[in-house]
Amino acid sequence: MEPFTRYTAIAAPFDQANVDTDQIMPARFMRRPRDERYATYGFHDQRFTPDGAKRPDFILNQPPFDTAGILVAGRNFGVGSSREAAVYALAAMGFRCVVAASFGDIFFSNALKNGLLPVRLLESTVNGLRQAVATAPGTTISVDLERQELTAPDGSTHQFTVPGFARDCLLRGLDEIGLTMTLEPEIAAFEARRAGG
Amino acid sequence: MGQTLFQKIWDAHVVQARDDGLALLYVDRHYFHEGSFHAFNILKARGLKVRRPDLSFGFGDHYAPTVGRSTPEVADPEIRGIIETFEANARANRIRAFELADPDQGIVHVAGPEQGLTLPGMTVVCGDSHTSTHGALGALAFGIGASEVAHVLATQTIWQSPPKQIRCHFEGALPAGSTAKDMALALIAQIGTGGGLGGAIEFAGPAVRALSIEARLTLCNMAIEAGARTGMVAPDATTAAWLIGRPYAPAEPDPAWSRLFSDPDARFDSEVTLDATQIRPMATWGTSPEEAVPLSGRVPRLDEAPDEARQKAWARSLDYMGLRGGEEMADVALDRVFLGSCTNARIEDLRDAAAVLRGKRIAVPMLVSPGSSRVKRAAEAEGLDRIFKEAGARWEESSCALCVSMHGEVVGEGERCASTSNRNFAGRQGRGARTHLVSPASAAASAVAGRLVGAA
Repeated sequence: MEPFTRYTAIAAPFDQANVDTDQIMPARFMRRPRDERYATYGFHDQRFTPDGAKRPDFILNQPPFDTAGILVAGRNFGVGSSREAAVYALAAMGFRCVVAASFGDIFFSNALKNGLLPVRLLESTVNGLRQAVATAPGTTISVDLERQELTAPDGSTHQFTVPGFARDCLLRGLDEIGLTMTLEPEIAAFEARRAGG
Repeated sequence: MGQTLFQKIWDAHVVQARDDGLALLYVDRHYFHEGSFHAFNILKARGLKVRRPDLSFGFGDHYAPTVGRSTPEVADPEIRGIIETFEANARANRIRAFELADPDQGIVHVAGPEQGLTLPGMTVVCGDSHTSTHGALGALAFGIGASEVAHVLATQTIWQSPPKQIRCHFEGALPAGSTAKDMALALIAQIGTGGGLGGAIEFAGPAVRALSIEARLTLCNMAIEAGARTGMVAPDATTAAWLIGRPYAPAEPDPAWSRLFSDPDARFDSEVTLDATQIRPMATWGTSPEEAVPLSGRVPRLDEAPDEARQKAWARSLDYMGLRGGEEMADVALDRVFLGSCTNARIEDLRDAAAVLRGKRIAVPMLVSPGSSRVKRAAEAEGLDRIFKEAGARWEESSCALCVSMHGEVVGEGERCASTSNRNFAGRQGRGARTHLVSPASAAASAVAGRLVGAA
């Protein structure tokens, strides 16, 4: 995984609460292996008409938001199904960060494991950010994972927290499997204890 | 201070704890399905082996067709390919998989418990959010993503941060005609899909104690729809009686099961209480499980929304669902009905629906897909299949079917479906499909009436 330290990108406002992972990644595409086509699956049924044309009224189809790398979303983003393919689709679309007041629990951990930084901020802060990037399209937001700090278009900074272990993995570009495998003696000892007990 | 049921199971599985609260938990049972192929690909790409193939079990369910039980005969090549991959991954890693042709095949959250593979006190994970279902047996069970599935396959452990602990009491007795599905929808309507966010909900109170295991499975299944990571019910005599005699269950209850309850002085982060006596048959009207009202009620008007975010969401929902605020639920005409899914396709669910359908004819098409092949055989032994068929319903094989519509059939654009499944998200049953979540009895009554109604 590519390390995540600091990132600055155009932010897109996405003003919907409770966006479920079925919206982000319709189930019918999930049989496909992970490849570049995932970029077209993201928000597919909102982005495209049934005959495949782009819907001009959909915000992520509109320049400059079609090149956004940060999504400023509504509360409870990524609720529902555990499909990691929702994260694959967002990553394929070019997103490296989603800002929201809250996230679906499984989506949050899936995102961390794929270099898509989920940033939780107060709802009033998120609403302000969304308004700022909506009224000045093309405005950028910066996130600094080491400092756990987001810089808004007006220069104000906002602290967020990412669980320590996941943050270490992201900063160093490591994945958890390799790190956990170094704990094999502890895992084997746990199994031996239980078998004996 | 006493411990909660959740803490007792958590503590018994900590392999290593970090200072920041994160714990490496040992996984007793891992389930997977055809959709878990991403995880096997991650293992393959890294050249890793499955550490404990004896603790993983596969069930072919998400892509299982509702007609035919032979993998080579699956018509759609993409679907056939994904089922073949599932079966090949299991064989290559020496994992027991309940393949399409297996007489014990079924939906993982129906067939796993049915096999006795989920036991009280276990940690259970699966790459499927409805893994919360298994908490009904007093297990700590939660859904995970593909990267985490790969982690579990490689290490038999998972990193978890401790969730908020929530207790949900259902006081009083549930009225006749109301079900665990109605309890779940009433709860979610009250606390919202973010109400349990990231939490572990323990369901308690007299109305929960009185539920059968199958009904508890339904209730815990829907915990994820309240945003919770898991739902659970403390095991009791009902649990032990239901488990003993199942293929993978012990011959006698484990004495340790009797210690699996929340101590009287255990502390929860939050508690919520519902009056079960007031719960009536429910249905969703919108595209979020929280958008639910009693079937005797009406679709809410936008000016009744509690806040601006909800008002916007309701407007989108009404538009997608093709409904007007203020409309009576009983006036909503249906195009079809689906009885199935890990929420409501167990034998008791089929009996509930058959009791309503006996001697009647359905007014709109209805698909019945039993939760497992065993459930299907049990229903046929009782003659339930005849009741469904004589009423005019399709009686087909076990599959996730129209809950997630990955198996090749969808609810059409603009079609309105009363469904016993768990999610009414936009596009869930097919692009443009309109879903109303209901209980099995309400689904059957609605099929007869051709519109949304509760069982008389």
